Amino acid sequence: MSTATATTAPALAADARIPLRGHLRHTGALIRRNLLWIRQDPESMFDALLMPIVFTLLFVYVFGGSIGQALGGGQDAYVQYVIPGMLAMMSMTMSQGVGTGFSQDFNSGVMDRFRSLPIGRGSVLFAKITVELGRMLFATTVLMIVSVLVGFEITNWPGLFATVGLSALFASSIMWVFLTLGVILKNAQSVQAMGFLVLFPLQFGSSIFAPTDSMPGWLQHFTDYNPLSTLADAARGLMVGGPVAHDLWVTIGWSVAITAVMAPVAIHKFRTKN
Amino acid sequence: MGGGTVLGMTRIDKNPEGGSAAVSVRGLVKHYGETKALDGVDLDVREGTVMGVLGPNGAGKTTLVRILSTLLAPDAGHATVAGYDAVRQPRQLRRVIGLTGQYASVDEKLPGWENLYMIGRLLDLPRKEARTRADELLERFSLTDAAKRPASTYSGGMRRRLDLAASMIGRPAVLFLDEPTTGLDPRTRNEVWDEVKRMVGEGVTVLLTTQYMEEAEQLASELTVVDRGQVIAGGAIEELKAKVGGRALRIRPADPLRLRPLADALDELGITGLATTTVDTDRGDVLVPILSDEQLTAVVGAVTARGITLSSITTELPSLDEVFLSLTGHRASAPQDAVPTDDRQEVAV
Ligand SMILES: Nc1ncnc2c1ncn2[C@@H]1O[C@H](COP(=O)(O)OP(=O)(O)O)[C@@H](O)[C@H]1O
Ligand SMILES: [Mg+2]
Repeated sequence: MSTATATTAPALAADARIPLRGHLRHTGALIRRNLLWIRQDPESMFDALLMPIVFTLLFVYVFGGSIGQALGGGQDAYVQYVIPGMLAMMSMTMSQGVGTGFSQDFNSGVMDRFRSLPIGRGSVLFAKITVELGRMLFATTVLMIVSVLVGFEITNWPGLFATVGLSALFASSIMWVFLTLGVILKNAQSVQAMGFLVLFPLQFGSSIFAPTDSMPGWLQHFTDYNPLSTLADAARGLMVGGPVAHDLWVTIGWSVAITAVMAPVAIHKFRTKN
Repeated sequence: MGGGTVLGMTRIDKNPEGGSAAVSVRGLVKHYGETKALDGVDLDVREGTVMGVLGPNGAGKTTLVRILSTLLAPDAGHATVAGYDAVRQPRQLRRVIGLTGQYASVDEKLPGWENLYMIGRLLDLPRKEARTRADELLERFSLTDAAKRPASTYSGGMRRRLDLAASMIGRPAVLFLDEPTTGLDPRTRNEVWDEVKRMVGEGVTVLLTTQYMEEAEQLASELTVVDRGQVIAGGAIEELKAKVGGRALRIRPADPLRLRPLADALDELGITGLATTTVDTDRGDVLVPILSDEQLTAVVGAVTARGITLSSITTELPSLDEVFLSLTGHRASAPQDAVPTDDRQEVAV
C-alpha cells in the first residue's frame, strides 16, 4: 500500500542535519530560558550568593585560629590556605544544581516538547551547563570579594584567572555526571541525595579545608589523587605560589577523563529516555 | 501491506475523495514487561482530517502519540507521519509535527510570550519572525493580556491554550493532541474545543486522543477505538454509530421514587439493545437502548401497564460510551478527572 507521500513536508525537512549555526541558535534560546528562570525567581541565586559568604566566614573565624596555628601562622595563614580550597569546593557544589534542575524539567512536560522539536539533543545539555557555569562564576566573584575582605592576598593575578578556568573545566566535567543522574533518577531529591553521597567523602577526604599531612597513609594516597585536593592545591600554587605541575595535570586529567566518559553517557541517556 | 479492514474501518485506498495518509501506522507494538501498551495497532489518518483515538485510561493512547512524535521507539511495526518514518527519519518528522502532550508541556516559570518565542527560535525562525509569531499566536489564543505573566499563574484553560499555541508555532502539517481537555472544567473544555476546531479549519491534520466520547464526537470526523493496546473498531463516527445501531430512550418518571420500579419493569421486558439499561439517580431517569420502533412501543406499553406516570421521554442517539460498551463488552473505565460526570449505575442487562 503506497500511502506515504510526503506532500505535506516542506522542502526544508528533507535535510535532517542541523548546521552548527542551528546548534548555536538552539543553545542560545535555551540559555535565555534558563536566564529568565533566574530573573523570575531571583532567590535561586541565593545559594550562589550566600554559600561563599557563609562558608568563608565560618571556616576563617571558627577553624582559622587553630588550623592556622598548626600551619605555623595564625588566622591569616589559614585564610591563605582555605580560600583556594573554597574555590575548589564551590566548583563541585554548584555543579549539583545542573542535575536537580534537569530532573525537574523531566518531571514536567517541557522536556517532551524539547525532544519533539527538530533540535540537537546536545543543545539542551550544553545550555544547562553554560548557565550553571555562569552561576559558578558569579559565586566565585562573591567568594573573591569576601576573601579579600577577610585578608586574602593574591600574589599572582594571572594565577587567579588560570584558577577560575581550571575550576570551570573541572566543574563542567562534574556537571555531565550530574546531568546523567538528572536523567536517570526519579526526582530532584534523589539527585541531591546521590550528589551528597558522592560529594561528602570527596570534600572531606581532601586538602580543601586542612592539610593532609596528619591523615593516615591510605587516606593520603586517596587525597593525592582526589581531584578536589588537586584542584585546591593547584589553586593555591597558582594564586599564592608553590609547586603546581602535579596538581594541575592530575586535575586536567580527571576533567578530561570524566567528560570523555560522562558526556556521551549523558547524551545517550537523554536521547533514549522514554 | 494489504488494506485489511478492522471492523469496517475506512481505508484510504477506498476513499478517492480524501487526501493521502498524513499518518500511517502498521502493526505497532510496544510492551512494557508484561504490559502490552500497544499490541499491533494499525491506523491511517487522511490529510486534512481529524482522527479521534478513543479509549479508556491505560488503553495505549499516550504510548501511540509518543511513538508518532519520536519520543519513544516501538518494539515492532512502523509508523510514518507526512511520509517520514518515525524511527529512521525522526529529525525530518519533528519538523512537520506539533505536539500537545497529556501533561502541560509549557515552561511554567516562563511568561507566555517567552515560551512561544523560545519555541520559535528552536524551530529556526529568525528573531523578528519568532517575535511576530509569538504576538500573533497569543492574540489568537486570547492570551495577549497574560503575555508577560509566568505560565504558572495561568488557569488550567489558559495553560492548555498556551500549549496549543506552542504546538502551532511551526505551522505543523500534523498535530498530535493527547487528551487535550482532560482535567478541565466544562466551560474551559468548550473553549479548547473551539480552538481545536479553528485549527482544523486551517487545514492541519489532527490526531487527538480522548477518553470522552463527547469530545470525539465534537472534534473528530473519524474514530479509532482502542482498548488494551489494540484497535477494536474504526471508521467514520456516523458510520460507527450506524453500525452499532439503535437509539436510546431517556425516560423520567414523574415521581423519583418510581425510578427503581420503572427500571425493573424495563428489565422484565428484556429489551437489551446494545448497551446496558442504566439508571441515573442524580438525573432521576433511566436510559434504555433500543433497536427498533417495535421496541419503543413495547417500552411505552410496559410503562403504562405498571401505571407509572412519566414526566418526559426523549430519544437520543447512542452515546459513544454505549458504542464503546457494545464493542468491548465493558464500560470504558471511569476517568479520574471529573469532566463529564458519568455516574450512572448499571443494572442487569
Ligand atoms: N514507561 C512505562 N513503563 C511501564 N508501563 C508503562 C509505561 N508507559 C505506559 N505504561 C503502561 O502501558 C499502558 C498504556 O499506557 P498509556 O499509553 O499511557 O495509556 P493511555 O494514554 O491510553 O492512558 C498502561 O497500562 C501503562 O501503565
Ligand atoms: Mg494517556
